[in-house]
Amino acid sequence: MTLENLLYILVMALTTYLVRMIPFTVFRKKITSRFAKSFFYYIPYAVLAAMTIPAIFYSTGNVISAVAGLVVAVALAFFGKPLIVVAIAACLASFAVGLIPF
Amino acid sequence: MKQTNSPYRYLNGLRDGVPIGLGYLSVSFGFGITAVGQGLHILEALLISMTNLTSAGQVAGVTVMVAGGTVAMIVAEMILTQLIINLRYSLMGITLTQRLDSNCTTRHRLLMSFGMTDEIFALAASKPYPVGPSYFYGLMTAPYIGWAGGTLLGALAGQILPMSVRLALGIAIYAMFVAIVLPPMRRERGVLMVVAIAAGLSCLIRYLPFLQFISDGFSIIVCAIIASLVMAWLKPIEEKEGIGDDT
Repeated sequence: MTLENLLYILVMALTTYLVRMIPFTVFRKKITSRFAKSFFYYIPYAVLAAMTIPAIFYSTGNVISAVAGLVVAVALAFFGKPLIVVAIAACLASFAVGLIPF
Repeated sequence: MKQTNSPYRYLNGLRDGVPIGLGYLSVSFGFGITAVGQGLHILEALLISMTNLTSAGQVAGVTVMVAGGTVAMIVAEMILTQLIINLRYSLMGITLTQRLDSNCTTRHRLLMSFGMTDEIFALAASKPYPVGPSYFYGLMTAPYIGWAGGTLLGALAGQILPMSVRLALGIAIYAMFVAIVLPPMRRERGVLMVVAIAAGLSCLIRYLPFLQFISDGFSIIVCAIIASLVMAWLKPIEEKEGIGDDT
């Protein structure tokens, strides 16, 4: 542990915290505009989609095993299986396909 | 919007947070390996995870730390990277203020905001009723333990798990995202379309050569804002409908 690194970690943590804290604590109004309400309704889904595609294809170091995991995840999620079941099944599928030498 | 007390308790949140915690365990395991591999001390890696609780920002932060330069330069770069990559949490924070019950005082918000991650936000914001501090703290618990614990394990014993297992674990968190968005996508055309637009834009930014300058953290904000603006304009939600669904 160096003193410089501690300083950098402190700066990192403080910046991250302030970015999270200020709008969350200061913003008190209830949004009444229908457009704004709709915008905030869609944001979480849009964030998840943008984080997942295309990153999921590179998440296992092998596009083919990642596609196998994605297919399994979509199939199970389609039938409303719990998050943890979907996640474990996708890992198992990626692991199994990853063992196949292409 | 309802100002009533949230129906969700600490234990409801704790249970909802377990899959996130397990997902984080595998992701932060990878972070632990990376951080130590780049020359950080095990305790530094752990300290970063315990004080930041964010994946993209931490990976970028380590990159800045080990890149070298004067102290002032590194501090400036650190502030700028963290600001840009984590700006989405500001947007999420404002979104979530619309979904809070009346127990969420300033004191609680100061603590709750520390746990604002993409996944915790997505779960809290997609509950059918407003959430309160107890539920949110419950929701933060398992992810925090998973994130810190995974970092420590990864930093300590990165070589214990065979490569094939470590690689397969990488998909866990994304599979969870799929499980969160798919049920509402089936029910609502608006959600289906916003997901399609955001995913499409995300691919454009990733693959078009002249858009390569946009960082991964910033890309998420750009895609999410454009897709949500388009859909809020094309298909505004019904006034009687609350924000969220029964995920």
